[in-house]
Amino acid sequence: MGQIFADLGGELITLLISVVGALPYVALYVGLILLASFLYTQVKQRLAATQDYTSLKTVTFGDESAVISNKAASVISIVLIFVIWGAFTGSSLLPKFLHAPGPFVGEATFTYTVEAEDGQKADATVNVLVHKAGEKPEAPVAAENDGIAKDDVLVVQAYRSKLLRWDANDEVTRKGGAKIIAVDGQPIDRDTDVQVGFGRVALTDKGTLNFEPSKGWQMENIWLPAPESVWKRLISVSQDGYQNVTLAEHLSYSLFRVIVGFALGAAVGIPLGYAMGLSNWFRGWFDPIVEFMRPVPPLALIPLVIIWAGIGEQGKIILLFLAALWIMAIGARSGVSGVNITKVHAAYSLGASKKQILRHVIIPNSLPEIFTAARVAMGVCWGTVVAAELVAAEKGVGKMIVAASKFQDTDIVLMGIILIGIIGFGIDMLMRWAEKYLVPWKGRA
Amino acid sequence: MTKPAPLDVGFVFNDFPMRTGGKTAVRRGGDAQRQIGTMSVTSEKDTSDRGLSIENLSMRFDLPNGSHVQALKDVSLDLKQGELLSVLGPSGCGKTTLLNIVAGFLAPTEGRIVLNGHQVFGPDAERGMVFQQGALFEWMSVRDNVRFGPDMKGMPKSESAEIVDHLLDVVGLQDFKEKMVYELSGGMQQRVALARCLANDPDVILMDEPLGALDALTREKMQSLVLKLWKETGKTIILITHSVEEALLLGERLLVMAPRPGRIHKEYRLPFADMGVGADLREVKKHPDYAPTREEILNMIWNMEEEIMGRTEENA
Repeated sequence: MGQIFADLGGELITLLISVVGALPYVALYVGLILLASFLYTQVKQRLAATQDYTSLKTVTFGDESAVISNKAASVISIVLIFVIWGAFTGSSLLPKFLHAPGPFVGEATFTYTVEAEDGQKADATVNVLVHKAGEKPEAPVAAENDGIAKDDVLVVQAYRSKLLRWDANDEVTRKGGAKIIAVDGQPIDRDTDVQVGFGRVALTDKGTLNFEPSKGWQMENIWLPAPESVWKRLISVSQDGYQNVTLAEHLSYSLFRVIVGFALGAAVGIPLGYAMGLSNWFRGWFDPIVEFMRPVPPLALIPLVIIWAGIGEQGKIILLFLAALWIMAIGARSGVSGVNITKVHAAYSLGASKKQILRHVIIPNSLPEIFTAARVAMGVCWGTVVAAELVAAEKGVGKMIVAASKFQDTDIVLMGIILIGIIGFGIDMLMRWAEKYLVPWKGRA
Repeated sequence: MTKPAPLDVGFVFNDFPMRTGGKTAVRRGGDAQRQIGTMSVTSEKDTSDRGLSIENLSMRFDLPNGSHVQALKDVSLDLKQGELLSVLGPSGCGKTTLLNIVAGFLAPTEGRIVLNGHQVFGPDAERGMVFQQGALFEWMSVRDNVRFGPDMKGMPKSESAEIVDHLLDVVGLQDFKEKMVYELSGGMQQRVALARCLANDPDVILMDEPLGALDALTREKMQSLVLKLWKETGKTIILITHSVEEALLLGERLLVMAPRPGRIHKEYRLPFADMGVGADLREVKKHPDYAPTREEILNMIWNMEEEIMGRTEENA
């Protein structure tokens, strides 16, 4: 037990350290927001001083109705995300001056000082050429020089590093007891690296030099591809597919599972909820089941569903059915329980039968609750289908990104995540629109 | 079914211009006025056994903690067809329980309700109810709300359309027929509730503080409307209210109930409801009997409330 606490404490400290490390960046972002807000306010005041009702309020802090989402802030927010993304990936969409310092590319030199066993010292120059990934430049030719240390040539790809076996052409060798004591005049040993301005030189355990060109502030493609490369991937994957499956196929499979799973869940869950809301016996029967299953995250069922139904469509649909079922049942139940008894009494004293009350009072009265539940259920289903595809699937957008991540196709992973977000948002907007159109009385009772 | 007869002169409820000066209202025979909402069948019946009688009603129910509440004890009352009864009393005197039993939503532990010669066992279209608020169906338009009763009976739309048009004229909401009920103000909603109740042509209309949630001005206008409807339709009406003024103005008979156990404390027969039909209710309030009666009833209720408070303090 004590060991667990110690381990968790250690994790917590590591976490806190990385949070503290991230603070300057967060502060920079918040600073940008505040700056934009300040500039916006200044410009707006100069342009046109509005005198609408809200702007005349003296109490705005704490007045919920005075706080309206600022459209300009939303636009700036989205633009800023793309600018930051582009700046730190050297995107060609951005003008050069907005780019964060990139990795060093080009030619440069540093010198090293060798001390032979007999105490003789000599300097040699290393001609370094750093090139971008995918390029195969011609290596520069080292000048012939006298002395026991000869000049070297080093060709390195940006973001990579390279060992320099400096004694390959020298008259003294490591075997002969020679060793490097300084780089660019600064002493070097196994624990002390030397910064040479365009990179870092370190001495390895075996006595060779390891050169690592400076990376700058930009992210390597493999960590974070530039926006345009994600866009290009979107085009290419939607046209040619990825691993022989087109994007449309991946997306249709995911959406198909969600829609069928949700439809089945609603088809069973809504009548179940009505039964629970209308009958003591059904309430008593299903309450323990529903109340137990509700807090079980559908993701926790994935292993069981895979064991029982395999990784085919059946398993996915069972999972999504279960994800939607409890949410819809609870929504329908509370929709029925939420009917104002005076409405039911009124309907009875207007001569309605039980069947008519169900049809004309209870069902319409529960529709707003059912719509809310449907929105939640669709969101949960969408999240669950992606997770289930991450675990095991043959097709689907989740399968696509997990396959891409194995080949470090980060651009496809990012594209998939963005598509998942857009589709999830689209589903929610669609449900909201349907709700507004189909149950306009929601919240008006 | 006969077509609904045209309304009497001056009945159209044109957004409350009803102050028709010192026009004296004379109560005429019941049947001739029973015209709203094709109320033809009832008017041809023999009226000798028509009326509502509440016979030795007691209501006593157990609480989860083992004790019990005597909500009503031995309440008896006879109402003739067309009588207007208002019920007053401090909180907890069983007014609403009484109304719920008459409506058929609750079964009494003793006694029975008899309407037009048959015993009442549950809710029925013959006893319409108007609630304080929240009883309209907000998923329906004004028209569909008013049409609800006839629809449930399976009356053809063409037939019910006439009733709806007619009643919406009566309550002054003809222009709002297509609106959804949540788009209406509180006073308009209560007018819809009244029209919906009348569309079903009930024998008895039960009103549970129907004007309680309205502002003072709207309330006064609605009181005039209730009086008009009562006179024109000849319905038996039981009206529960917290307002002594409303009980005086709208009660041909007025029942003051006492709490613990709920029982009839005193009954009045009052002239004000008849005087108020088609007249200015503020004029009615100037009647020499009005203020003394109001004071008497107010004192009565105050004393009951004090007694309850005193009893609670002793227990504490």
